[in-house]
Amino acid sequence: MQILNGSGVNKAFGGRKAVDNVDFHVDENEILGLIGPNGAGKTTLFNLISGAIKADSGTITYKGRVISGMKPYRICHMGLARTFQKAKNFPDMTVRENVLMGAVFGKKGTDNAAAERKTDEILSFVGLEDFRDKSPGDIALALQKRVEVARALATSPDVLMLDEVMAGLNPTEVGEAMELISKIRGSGVTIIMIEHVMKAIMSLCDRIIVLHHGQKIEEGTPEHISNSKTVIDVYLGE
Amino acid sequence: MKLINEYKANPKKLILPVLVAALLVLLGLSPNFTKPYATIMLGTIMMYIILSLSWNMFSGATGYVSLATAAFFGVGVYVSAFFGSSLSLPLLMLMGGIFSFVIAFLVGAVTLRLRGVYFTIFTLGIVKLLEQLMLYLEITFNKTRGRFVVSYTFTEVFYWLFILMILVILLSVFIKRTRFGLALKCIAEGEDAAMHIGIGSTMVKILAFAISSFAMGAAGAAMATRWTYIDPYIAFSTNLSFLPVLMVIFGGGRHVFGPLIGAVVFAYIQELLITDFPYVYMLAFGVIMIVSIIFMPNGIVGVIENIVGRIKKAKGGRKNADP
Repeated sequence: MQILNGSGVNKAFGGRKAVDNVDFHVDENEILGLIGPNGAGKTTLFNLISGAIKADSGTITYKGRVISGMKPYRICHMGLARTFQKAKNFPDMTVRENVLMGAVFGKKGTDNAAAERKTDEILSFVGLEDFRDKSPGDIALALQKRVEVARALATSPDVLMLDEVMAGLNPTEVGEAMELISKIRGSGVTIIMIEHVMKAIMSLCDRIIVLHHGQKIEEGTPEHISNSKTVIDVYLGE
Repeated sequence: MKLINEYKANPKKLILPVLVAALLVLLGLSPNFTKPYATIMLGTIMMYIILSLSWNMFSGATGYVSLATAAFFGVGVYVSAFFGSSLSLPLLMLMGGIFSFVIAFLVGAVTLRLRGVYFTIFTLGIVKLLEQLMLYLEITFNKTRGRFVVSYTFTEVFYWLFILMILVILLSVFIKRTRFGLALKCIAEGEDAAMHIGIGSTMVKILAFAISSFAMGAAGAAMATRWTYIDPYIAFSTNLSFLPVLMVIFGGGRHVFGPLIGAVVFAYIQELLITDFPYVYMLAFGVIMIVSIIFMPNGIVGVIENIVGRIKKAKGGRKNADP
């Protein structure tokens, strides 16, 4: 079943097409990878889906409802959450308070007690209990990114968009992040991830979309992608 | 919730509110035993407290620095000028507040898409726009620049300002403990992230902007009845846009009592300087500002918190000192 679907999505900045007539879909409970060279339009596509920016044309539907043009907070309330490439944690709140904000505002009609419970649940789910009272600025990058993921998870999403959660992590941390991502999928959440760490993409994703200069140049299973001549030419090869 | 119920968890934090309440009672009774001069000065100080606290309610909470305070204050002033003869003082204040609220709501809907310095410049523009608009209207239709305002006694104005101030203090404390206040805090700490965890930031900002403007308009309506004569330059004096900002910086914006203390100290210094050194008082203000920004970036309250924090640390450190 398709949970998210985009057709003919376009976005230009000035004269440059950042996302050029892209069609995509995401199946329920899959992990979809989004790869491509820097500037390929991956983050722009995330911004279009999450409502941070508006598409010039094209439609994005989520659970059968058109979400293109909606405000980010409404899209979040509908169950679509995201993280940012550069972690945007709230600096003057503790780790726990950061996650709590997601739980308080993420779903309409969550009372305080439920939000508190949800927060503690998420903190232990992602393994941040030991850092709950720390400031997000005082912990390692891998943990900071984990706080972002936890805050997004606290909004109770059905679809979670992860923007390079592994960038800047060492191999051990990448392994831990991979474990976390499979665990999140295991809990029934659909995942779209942008990533440059090929090992992670190839072993986690059910399907991969390759973007280049804003265009979708290839789509398929990890095996298909790693054997595709187009992809090798523009991205992996040279 | 931890953030919301921190006062309940720690009764020690009640000391300050109780102290302030006692001072307020004393202040409320003061016209009975002080000279009229003191009542006038205290009224002015309360006006500054109202403006600083309501400025802090929006700008301090969100980090959007607004310089539109004088605009909403001026709207209140003109409400009194136009309707002063037909309405009582509390009704004038209410109406000044409502007019300011509505204008702020509309202005906010247009300008709160701007961020950072662009927003700040635009808000200052609103003051000038209203000032020039009123000037044009007065000269075109009234053939003179200013007009007389119905006047109330200093004591009457004092009491109504006092009531407004209490309401603003209570509202400032209350907002911080609501989800609305939490949403404002999230916006200040990272608006993009706030929007993506389900906070409708545009509406939250517009509402906070309008609520804070209500008190500014009400204060303007009250003060106008003390001045008897007003013109657009008096009503929309940009001093009232900048002074509350300085007072909040001076007192410290993170705690509700920061703007309060800042306004009291600053307004008192202003009064002293303006009577003794009328020509250099702005210069002296500038020096005080620079010194306080360098040496107490979190204001007077920040300094106090630092001292309290050190005392606590010294106590706690002895108890759980590592061998």
